[in-house]
Amino acid sequence: MASKHDPFQFQEFDEAGDLLEANRDATTISIDDEDVKPKQSTATGFSTEADTEDPLANDDQAELLSGQKKSPSFWSFEYYQRFFDIETHHVKERIIGSMMPWPRKNFINVYLRRNPDLYGPFWICTTLVFATAISGNISNFLAHQGDRDYKYTPEFRKVTIAATIIFSYAWLVPLAVWGFLLWRNNKMVNLVSYAFMEIVCVYGYSLSIYIPAVVLWILPFNWLSWCTIVVALCLSGSVLVLTFWPAVRDDHPRVMIAFLSVIVLLNILLAVGCKTYFFTMPGNKTVKPTNSTT
Amino acid sequence: MAASEEASRPFAGLSDVSIAEDIPVEGDISVPVGPSRRDDEFSTLDEPVKDTIMRDLRAVGNKFIHVLYPKQSSALLRDWDLWGPLLLCVTLALLLQGGAADHEDQGGPQFAEVFVIVWFGSIIITLNSKLLGGTISFFQSLCVLGYCIMPLTVAMVVCRIVLVISSGRVVFAVRLAVVTASFGWSTFASTAFLADSQPPNRKALVVYPVFLFYFVIAWMILTYSPQQ
Repeated sequence: MASKHDPFQFQEFDEAGDLLEANRDATTISIDDEDVKPKQSTATGFSTEADTEDPLANDDQAELLSGQKKSPSFWSFEYYQRFFDIETHHVKERIIGSMMPWPRKNFINVYLRRNPDLYGPFWICTTLVFATAISGNISNFLAHQGDRDYKYTPEFRKVTIAATIIFSYAWLVPLAVWGFLLWRNNKMVNLVSYAFMEIVCVYGYSLSIYIPAVVLWILPFNWLSWCTIVVALCLSGSVLVLTFWPAVRDDHPRVMIAFLSVIVLLNILLAVGCKTYFFTMPGNKTVKPTNSTT
Repeated sequence: MAASEEASRPFAGLSDVSIAEDIPVEGDISVPVGPSRRDDEFSTLDEPVKDTIMRDLRAVGNKFIHVLYPKQSSALLRDWDLWGPLLLCVTLALLLQGGAADHEDQGGPQFAEVFVIVWFGSIIITLNSKLLGGTISFFQSLCVLGYCIMPLTVAMVVCRIVLVISSGRVVFAVRLAVVTASFGWSTFASTAFLADSQPPNRKALVVYPVFLFYFVIAWMILTYSPQQ
């Protein structure tokens, strides 16, 4: 090897080769021979020392070495791709888990496991919107079966109304819940804190029980409708309560009771409201399509 | 010395001012007058308008045939175009007009609503498939989804013809059968093209929105009731 003061000698390459053997993931750009040489012994210590001794050099190199990547910006495509990192069986498990509340199992901990997705909430809400509008239309038609003066119309406006109601419930209520939990977290230390996406996920999946319920409401039997509504309310309500119980457990009891009852109340409001607005019961034929105003 | 003499000989002629005949110039330095680029052959400025239109129509018709017999071909994907979907969407929206409830709000879908549902639905499904990691491009997916509306448009035409005749229960059963068959055909055709671009553990996640999309369109077609 030639003298190290020869500028054309590839000494940097040798050092880089050594470093590469020690740490496979490193990108090795060395600036000064003299600075780099003492660090050859510890490859793991390379990143921290590089930071302090060569601040100009390799900000991104240090980032890469420490295993961090810049998180994609909110307006980029990759930011949303994180929330679609699921497979078919995950979605199936989550839907079934949202229909069967278990006393010790928290939906977020058991099913989401730090991987909330946007696929489930979005497509369950969309399906529910169309299921509600279509089932309401069919039940209206069946209820007015014998009428001479009833004219069948597809009532397409109701799709828009259903979409507004269901999407606001599935996105604005989680926003309020998340804001409330954040506020309470400031006041007292909680062990459990949920991200906004996880709350949206819980709400989205908890709506999945209403899809078969809505289809069952087509059949013009009063007792069947009320049975299904009670069952659906119990199941989805208890999933929500069991999920948020650990988050407010240590709080003031009045706050806790108020919070949980508001969640349950909004759920009841959604179910009963959808039922009365979109579905007519046999024997309640005062709702004529031409008369309803919004 | 002989070499130096020979070396100086080519330079001997340089003292002469006019060099045109002595030293031949190789090559052609004239600038080409017309465009000699590759796409000169595809310039459509000089051909008759009929040729241009017929070429596009033939491409669209070719894709219609591929939708009718959906086999593993890449014609829809390779040369995508959005003329076919536009044509089908406009036809479907026009056929869904003139429905019941004489221009009232509670009636069938308006022209703009059909357009919005078809195009926004296709865009959302394409975004969904790309977010799930699909390898198909944005416009290719729009093209496939748009072309696969064709069986449903055919069903709409059949329904309208049948409704002119009468509008009883038998006719309803016929319409139901036709619409169900064409809905199945549309979904099957589009999944034949789209499902291959996804990893196998996510195929159902991509197919379900397509199913929902064609279901909603089929529902719009089935509930079309004529003015009485």
